[in-house]
Amino acid sequence: MSSDGPTPAERFLRGILPENPVLRQVLGICPTLAVTNTMEGAVTMTGAVLFVLTCANVLVSLIRPLLKPHLRILVFTLTIATFVTIADRLLAAFLYDMSRQLGPYIPLIIVNCIIIARCEICASKQPVRTALMDALGQSLGFGLALCALASVREILGFGTWFGKWLGWRVLPVGLSERVWAPWTVMILPPGAFIALALLLGAVNWATARARARKEA
Amino acid sequence: MSYLSTVLLLAISSALINNMVFHFFVGCCPFIGVSRRVDMAFGMGAAVTFVVTVAAFLSWTITWFVLAPGAPLTTAVWRWLRPPSSATPDLSILCYLVYIFVIAWAVQLVEMYIRKFFPSLYKAFGVFLPLITTNCVILFVCLEIMKHVGPIPGSVPDPWRLDKALIYAVCAGLGFMLAIVVMAGLREELELCDVPAPLKGPGITLAIAGILALAFLGFTGMDANLAKRFQSSALPEGVAASTNPPTHAP
Repeated sequence: MSSDGPTPAERFLRGILPENPVLRQVLGICPTLAVTNTMEGAVTMTGAVLFVLTCANVLVSLIRPLLKPHLRILVFTLTIATFVTIADRLLAAFLYDMSRQLGPYIPLIIVNCIIIARCEICASKQPVRTALMDALGQSLGFGLALCALASVREILGFGTWFGKWLGWRVLPVGLSERVWAPWTVMILPPGAFIALALLLGAVNWATARARARKEA
Repeated sequence: MSYLSTVLLLAISSALINNMVFHFFVGCCPFIGVSRRVDMAFGMGAAVTFVVTVAAFLSWTITWFVLAPGAPLTTAVWRWLRPPSSATPDLSILCYLVYIFVIAWAVQLVEMYIRKFFPSLYKAFGVFLPLITTNCVILFVCLEIMKHVGPIPGSVPDPWRLDKALIYAVCAGLGFMLAIVVMAGLREELELCDVPAPLKGPGITLAIAGILALAFLGFTGMDANLAKRFQSSALPEGVAASTNPPTHAP
């Protein structure tokens, strides 16, 4: 049971790019779009997902002999909900501003498809070590996609990068409106949709090109 | 402001201005996954509206009577267990667990009910019904109701009663249905278009969603202006307020 499929290290690497949850599997779009107008939001969300996914994967992997097929999904969801409650309370205690800013999107991790998909595909069939590496890889892939999107949106929208925590300005303050006006639309919902569409397009294009080059 | 206009404002703002998909980004997975044909999109939208109403009813009841700090049922049990205590019981930390359980239960219930009494509808909904358990719209509406019932006592000046919670839920569901049906209509036409290869599938769908979101931005501020209009034109009070307690907008 444990020997089939890729090794833990391979699973870890696969989660980052070849099977990236957002860019390749198009899962978990809701938080990807909602929290990426600042880098802080993206990093906090990645941290929360990393915590929840790792804990849920490990726990589900530990209890996998006890799982009944018809109650599987309910057990996954309740496990995830417990860890999300812990993550939510931790954020409210230590990062109150981010907890306020992310608002309902932290509890919405419960219904994030990525975590349920990983529990179902990997953790309920694999030993703990594999499940752990898989969770870490998938979370890093998720974080990579979020940070890519948030960088574009924050730089174009506010002209900053980690503006609230570190105060880095990418575009100088006194820049004339004629040279560069901040793209307010990138902070608003439409910017999120369009930026993610272009990012997906770019990834698909790069993949197709790499494949064509390999075949040639 | 009269009861009727408060309700109307709540309905418009949850369905159009703060549209689930285009403003809060919730329900994006079915929005991209199931929006290939109009009839499927309509079925999904209808199923979500139905389940969200049931879930909103259940979650409001549980929040109001059990989960909220100082809720009547919990307080009664608390007093019975340890009479001399003066602390208010607070179960709101359990809300995520309870909501997801309620949603899963409601989806099961709706599925069994439809399978028994409307077999043709059950066949039409197909796999969507179980999938709704993990639909963000439902949980989001439950969380929004909790926010307005008040996680902290006194934090909400005018807590939502059941009527407002239900109106919010129905209109949120209808807003989701509107979004997904519009999207499906556009995607049916898109079958005939020459889309650049890398953008095929989710890419072009998201791009169109972006343009639609831009259109929905046009509704921003409509609620404030409507509220002003309602107040100045002074709708005849008591049309609906005679039976329901008049509510005061903040």
